[in-house]
Amino acid sequence: MHPFSYEKVTNEHEALERARLGKATFVAGGTTLVDLMKLNVEVPTALVDINGLPLNQIEDRSDGSIRIGALVRNGDLAHDSRIQSRYRVLSQAILAGASAQLRNMATTGGNLMQRTRCYYFRDPVYPCNKRQPGAGCAAMDGYNRIHAILGASDTCIATHPSDMAVALVALDASVHIRAANGERVVPIMEFHLLPGDTPDRETVIRPGELITYVTLPSGPFGPRSAYVKLRDRASYEFALASAAVALQLEGTTVRSARVALGGVATKPWRALEAEQVLTGAAANKATFLNAADAALTGAVPRRHNAYKIELAKRAVVRALADALTH
Amino acid sequence: MAEKAPGVLAVIHHGNAPTLYRPDNDFMSASKPGEARVVFEDDRVHYSGQYVAIIVAETLEQARYAAELVQVSYAVEDPTIETDAALDSAYLPDEFFGEKLTTTRGDPDVALSRAAVTHAATYTTPIEHHNPIEPSASVAVWNGDELTLYETTQWVAGARKTVAQTLGMPEEKIHIVSPFIGGGFGCKGFVWPHSILSAVAAKRVNRPVKLNLTRKHMFSACGHRSETKQYVQLGAERNGRLVAIDHDTVVQTSMVDEFVEACGNTSRFLYSCPNVRVRHRAVRVNVATPTPMRAPGENPGLFALESALDELAYLLNMDPVELRIVNHADVNEQARRPWSSKYLKECYRMGAERFGWAKRAPQPGSMRDGNVLVGWGMATATYPGIRSPGAAKVRLLQDGHVDVVSATQDMGGGTYTTMAQIAADVMGIAIERIRTVLGDSLLPPAPVSGGSMTTASILPATRKAAQDALSKLRHLAATMPASPFTNRRPDDIVAEGGRVFPKGAHPSSGLPYEDVLKRTNQTEIEGEGYTEPGPERDKYAFQSFGAQFVEVRVDPEIAKVQISRVVSAFDVGKIVNAKTARSQGYSGVVMGVGVALMEHTVYDSRDGSIITSNLADYAIPVNADTRSIDILFVDKPDPFIDSDGLGARGLGEITVTGVAPAVANAVYHATGRRIRDLPITPDKLL
Ligand SMILES: Cc1cc2nc3c(=O)[nH]c(=O)nc-3n(C[C@H](O)[C@H](O)[C@H](O)COP(=O)(O)OP(=O)(O)OC[C@H]3O[C@@H](n4cnc5c(N)ncnc54)[C@H](O)[C@@H]3O)c2cc1C
Ligand code: SF4
Repeated sequence: MHPFSYEKVTNEHEALERARLGKATFVAGGTTLVDLMKLNVEVPTALVDINGLPLNQIEDRSDGSIRIGALVRNGDLAHDSRIQSRYRVLSQAILAGASAQLRNMATTGGNLMQRTRCYYFRDPVYPCNKRQPGAGCAAMDGYNRIHAILGASDTCIATHPSDMAVALVALDASVHIRAANGERVVPIMEFHLLPGDTPDRETVIRPGELITYVTLPSGPFGPRSAYVKLRDRASYEFALASAAVALQLEGTTVRSARVALGGVATKPWRALEAEQVLTGAAANKATFLNAADAALTGAVPRRHNAYKIELAKRAVVRALADALTH
Repeated sequence: MAEKAPGVLAVIHHGNAPTLYRPDNDFMSASKPGEARVVFEDDRVHYSGQYVAIIVAETLEQARYAAELVQVSYAVEDPTIETDAALDSAYLPDEFFGEKLTTTRGDPDVALSRAAVTHAATYTTPIEHHNPIEPSASVAVWNGDELTLYETTQWVAGARKTVAQTLGMPEEKIHIVSPFIGGGFGCKGFVWPHSILSAVAAKRVNRPVKLNLTRKHMFSACGHRSETKQYVQLGAERNGRLVAIDHDTVVQTSMVDEFVEACGNTSRFLYSCPNVRVRHRAVRVNVATPTPMRAPGENPGLFALESALDELAYLLNMDPVELRIVNHADVNEQARRPWSSKYLKECYRMGAERFGWAKRAPQPGSMRDGNVLVGWGMATATYPGIRSPGAAKVRLLQDGHVDVVSATQDMGGGTYTTMAQIAADVMGIAIERIRTVLGDSLLPPAPVSGGSMTTASILPATRKAAQDALSKLRHLAATMPASPFTNRRPDDIVAEGGRVFPKGAHPSSGLPYEDVLKRTNQTEIEGEGYTEPGPERDKYAFQSFGAQFVEVRVDPEIAKVQISRVVSAFDVGKIVNAKTARSQGYSGVVMGVGVALMEHTVYDSRDGSIITSNLADYAIPVNADTRSIDILFVDKPDPFIDSDGLGARGLGEITVTGVAPAVANAVYHATGRRIRDLPITPDKLL
């Protein structure tokens, strides 16, 4: 752990001002950041504590959308009755993640920005392109049972570990970003970046920019959505594979669908191919199996993670079946 | 650079460390380092995680920061990390804690070639780490040439002698204090380098030094369970009678010491069988030295043997419980001795009845609940009934309190409670009046809190000490002038139920214990108790047994296993305290579920670094991983374990031994998939 300064801010303006100084980093719940500071993976010289900002409300908007402040705790979001009834998949995804204690600290903004659980990223003795561009990737030929089969590049095969973000992708949420020169709104699908040649760049956020809100569009899915997470133990464990799905039906036919994958891709993964298979098809097991195959067609396994292809398919089929019967 | 960092008081490494000496490394004489090589002995690094320097600073943060500034340079050599890479150089270690590691009875090869039914398979278990929630720690305080170490040790006597030998000083000058331990499971049994380093550092900076291991250190600096590869061959007659057992194990040990996970030793006597061969080979790899971890040997060994037996049961078309009863060992055929007491058949019966085993449909996949596959599996559990010399004192004080003291330890299992309970029973007073003081090397000597031996070693000594105190009290009463005891011999005086009174008289005619002390101006009476195993050890085989039954519910479409029920029945002699005994049962089952479904430490095969050295990446069971756990005891005293009639064998370890095979057998019953490689993670069930 390296020496750093610490300051609490109370408004957005102040936050953006402070963030311009040195290697400053926002801290919200601290559940990712402090951990990585102890491991010397993150070495900010200044911590700007944003917990005092008034960004902790979940608000209904007149257009039927819901606006979630960046500081809303994961636990509060998951237990909000509007989220539970209208965005079931989001509530389920959050509750499938971490532990109750962590969810009480973790924030909406921090969750989107959480970093990979790749073992080699978290241990500075290993070469890691994400930590140090150009250094190499220890996972490529190392132990990669938990690594990505979708969206990987020659430089990085690390998964994005968030459950919440997978549900947000399925719900087509938007992220509000406040910069010194104004605000912009980014669709969640564009928020996280593929590793490509720059695995150190994980999101479109530039240093010093602040996530203020996440909005959920009203959407046609109602409660017909589901999250299924498969992992090594029953709770308190990251996904080996997960699926967030939403279905809109017309009788027994799928009118529209969303499928997103977690635990298997370098970013929260929207499986558009699967959605195409589903759209207009009969809502039954055979269709779901086809959709799962489509979702994984581009998968590229490494030495220890080939099982994830099948596991992810199982998650997709189960999530669709669950959404259908709900 | 590190030396100049803020707050740094000392940087100690092999170049400037004081001379340290290799201790005897002999468990029986209480000299037992975690590994024979002494820390900072030379400039060679044998494994990832080996200490190369220690930094002492004013604060922990400053020390950690300075540690990052240390530059280490060395020539890199090619390490050997994986068993397979070292198989060519596998060797036959001779003994493990006095037990031969390679033995043959009869002629297993011939018996196997003639057997009506045979089964052969390889079973593998991964490296596991103890991971008690309390990491190890040591605080060293020097007072002139005397050293006090506040420790997290399962063995204060072992720590004292081993530290003394390593530092090259007289044992009398060292005081070890370890009153409470937040779990150990074996990783706090022997002396690991941090206890030496805190003493060395405190001497160097001339102040007390506190050294806490991080969770990451807990993966490389206090031992682990070796990975095992076990090739098991069974031969049987059509009626199920075993004619041959061949249990061939390969384990890892380190470059700097030898520790062997003795998987096969139990196979020599668990079942009746005329032809048995057990062999252990070890390979040296560049990882830290393994150490005992709850039921060392039995735990992975029974996974192999009990899985193999289940496979044999299917080949024979026989109920797994029935197969085990058919092969019941009426005597210990390896030691050629009768058992001191054995109620294993009773365990099968009790467990099966509570579990409802009779309703089991044997065909794999045949028991369903909707889309969920239900699997029922079982295994035998076992662990030796070890006992060691042990001492305790019981002091009756003038204020009516009673102190019970011993240099034994409480790892959280309840030693404080059971010792107080025994003393309260003997003295006939309320347990609230008893204060137990443990974990201090100045107290009467006691063995390691390991090998499930504490109860059998320390409770008889405690009882003796309490009886001795009462006897001294009666003698004291006999000297009291002008009292109800005037002219009475001690034999004519009774001390029981908190009162001293003349034999034959009503207790109310006497005095409370403490009044005898007051009236004779004695501040206290001290009873001493020392007990040790005797010739009964050559006459009988002491062994605990059990039967563990597991129900799994498998959701095959998503490769998910839920352990829905575990019923365990144990024969561990007399149950001294139902609550602490049951707790050992629960904890063994939960730990066994970890072994079965998730626990495994990952070493990067390129450099031997442990890449899962934290509790997020090394999964242990959470509450949701178990549901109903039932613990039953036969509760029949072992008539020979102690000459004082307590009849209790320990039960810290047996409770974990049958869980993993019972789970694997249940998974097979549910799915038809035989998993011979632990842990049973979702990827293996797709
Ligand atoms: C043991 C453990 C298990 C876990 N298991 C799971 C799991 O199963 N599933 C899962 O999804 N997650 C899991 N997590 C991760 C957890 O969800 C994240 O740590 C948490 O969501 C991060 O939120 P935070 O507010 O604590 O972020 P912080 O740690 O405070 O911040 C994380 C990053 O986000 C940045 N940041 C925070 N807020 C903003 C903002 N408003 N604008 C811009 N940048 C910001 C910070 O600068 C920092 O870089 C686990 C974590 C732990 C420690
Ligand atoms: S997979 Fe990515 S995060 Fe992991 S070591 Fe390689 S570059 Fe680093």
